[in-house]
Amino acid sequence: MYTLLLCWRYLRTRWIALASVISVTLGVATMIVVNAVMAGFAHEMQSRIHGILSDIVFESHSLSGFQDPQWHMEEIRRAGGDDIEGMTPTVAVPAMLNFQVRGQWVTRQIMFIGIDETTHAQVSDFGRYLQHPDNRRQLSFGLRDGGYDTIDSQTDDQQVATRPALEGAGWPHRRMRVERERAWRQRQAELEGAEQAGAGSRGGGPVRPVDHQVDAVLAETTPAVATAAAPPDELPPTAEAHPPTAPLDPFRAAKPEEEGRTFDPSREQFTGIVPGIGLASFRDSSGIDRFLVLPGDDVKITFPTAGTPPKAVTDTFTIVDFYESKMSEYDSNFVFVPIEQLEKARGMIDPQTGLPSVNSIQIRLRPGADLDAVRDRLRQSFPADMYAVSSWKDKQGPLLSAVDMEMAVLNILLFMIVAVAGFGILAIFFMIVVEKTRDIGILKSLGASSAGVAGIFLGYGLFLGLVGAGAGLALGLGITWNINRIRTVVEWCTGERVFDPSIYYFFRIPTIVDAWTVAWIIAGAVGIAVAASVLPALRAARLHPVEALRHD
Amino acid sequence: MIDTNRGIDPAGAPLLQVRGVRKSYRSGAGMLEVLRGVDFEVEPAGFVSVIGQSGSGKSTLLHLMGLLDAPDAGEVHLAGQRIDNLPSARRDRLRNTDIGMVFQAYHLLPELSALENVLAPLLVRFSITEWFRRKGEAHRRAEALLDRFGLSERLHHKPRQLSGGEMQRVAIARALVGQPRLLLADEPTGNLDEETGGGILDTLCELNHADGLSIVLVTHDQSIARRADRIVRLVAGRVEQA
Repeated sequence: MYTLLLCWRYLRTRWIALASVISVTLGVATMIVVNAVMAGFAHEMQSRIHGILSDIVFESHSLSGFQDPQWHMEEIRRAGGDDIEGMTPTVAVPAMLNFQVRGQWVTRQIMFIGIDETTHAQVSDFGRYLQHPDNRRQLSFGLRDGGYDTIDSQTDDQQVATRPALEGAGWPHRRMRVERERAWRQRQAELEGAEQAGAGSRGGGPVRPVDHQVDAVLAETTPAVATAAAPPDELPPTAEAHPPTAPLDPFRAAKPEEEGRTFDPSREQFTGIVPGIGLASFRDSSGIDRFLVLPGDDVKITFPTAGTPPKAVTDTFTIVDFYESKMSEYDSNFVFVPIEQLEKARGMIDPQTGLPSVNSIQIRLRPGADLDAVRDRLRQSFPADMYAVSSWKDKQGPLLSAVDMEMAVLNILLFMIVAVAGFGILAIFFMIVVEKTRDIGILKSLGASSAGVAGIFLGYGLFLGLVGAGAGLALGLGITWNINRIRTVVEWCTGERVFDPSIYYFFRIPTIVDAWTVAWIIAGAVGIAVAASVLPALRAARLHPVEALRHD
Repeated sequence: MIDTNRGIDPAGAPLLQVRGVRKSYRSGAGMLEVLRGVDFEVEPAGFVSVIGQSGSGKSTLLHLMGLLDAPDAGEVHLAGQRIDNLPSARRDRLRNTDIGMVFQAYHLLPELSALENVLAPLLVRFSITEWFRRKGEAHRRAEALLDRFGLSERLHHKPRQLSGGEMQRVAIARALVGQPRLLLADEPTGNLDEETGGGILDTLCELNHADGLSIVLVTHDQSIARRADRIVRLVAGRVEQA
């Protein structure tokens, strides 16, 4: 009983010991915050990687892919059994995206991915990342008649900047653009007529090519960046001026002009594509997304055919939506297109059998299925020299393990802070034992055992550890739960962006407080405090009562 | 009342017996022999003074009797039972239940109030559950003792708020709260003025006469020693009966 009483009295009267508690508090708080933020980032990253990659990817080593995806899917279902929930074939090829901004051609390197619009959203979170609510429910590569989100659907933050540019996107934007283009063409035709008349009267002279004039005038008069108020700056497709001449054009068959009608861009679209939002926009310094092209605009994409050697073909496509996974790696790289169109365009359909080829099959497993076990079963069922079977974790293995490694190293470093606090406690406790030597002698003269005396100091260490860890817990959770408010204050004070959302497109710092991690941190801190008090406690226990009583 | 685990007490036998006790301390390179075969007895309800010059070994003898230290040779018996060779847990227990000690420098715990200091031996004795069961009884006992020594107004004062005489009376109350059979007092008046010291000695005499408490008083002062029934003179580590 005296152990408890004296512990309590020493805790109340020895404030110096509380100084060492502060370092325990800070260490614990830092560990909680860092772990929460790191776990938040890792989770966010994993879910986004997983969101696009599906659970297991079954792919061919060659760019030409493998034939008859239906047969492959049946084989996969046989090998995978009940664990397989859904599958969708995809074709992915490296390609080049071109569009015009203020008369300048902008070229982007992309991954051109053919997907099955009905099944793709079933195997991954693809649908969730689209900008049109109807597309999120069921993707369509047809251009929508407006209704694109002007507020990011993935955030519940009221402060987030809106995207007014997307308000008129879709058919309204396309019609407006075509009208403007026609008006300019008409004016150019008049100018041309006047010029020709003038030239004829003057006896001839160099004739300026019409298209160049159109381009130049458009470029001069349209703003650099599209907003809701200003019309888009992308140069309209020149379907009439440049009719598709490439004999390889696979879309010609589907195009209305084949049937003797003229393609009317104000009522018709090219094959729809969904590019990553990072390809079409950038975030300015005030955090507002500026769009270079919008749904309704047409772009050109150059991609290789499946033949040997591959040839580059170029075609025109209409943007129907944007894909925003908030992983800049994907958002600035992926462009999705209907798989049949890409297969046709690349010549991946066998003219004799009519069977298509695909690059890969995306597989979703039922919840709770053993990812690695299914992957290994599939690996055994298919020859490894032809097919690569990998889980989404394998695909992003280096990235995920880098994050894990980073967390481990940070934890070791931070735990050292707590260990330093432990040495502080050790030193202060030694001091207190020396100071209290005579009291220890008195207690022993009253019949206190050595174990009891040691218990006073161990209990004292435990108290300090608990107080420090408790305060650290409160501080850490307080910071974690208010980290975005703190970020705002720090940014306001320093004028620097602490957390640049343009890298990951996160609106706020993600945090996950894992109860087990917190429990381990607290147990570790309390353990260190108790361990640090062991030596002083032993010293106190070993004091000879007579010598202790004589101590001044 | 608070029970103590007392051993067998054969009628007529001395309460405390010290037989041929030797004790030496390491002093630099050599050994300093402080006690060179001390024989000494305290009868039940006896009051014995041990007198000697500084360094004669009287405090060491007191520590051996109080089980704070163990003799190199010889034996210490309490109520006929040898106690110097008991395992440390038993010695701790015995020190708590059967022996009360009072020191020249009072040796109160500065963090505790007068009342808590008096309660300290009982706090040491009882486990947490036992303490909560018997807390009321312990408090009554401690308050009664402090009241008896005229300290009922000072229960919640810390030692630094008390005078020397008050502190020594708190220390005596503390020594008595566990109902010991033997009170060992090491120069209890050494730090006090004559009048206050006299008051303390009066208290000890009263405890001896009225309560039948056995007391061993260690002092270097003849006049104080004379208050006891019997004086034992310690010279150069040996006993000279007066």
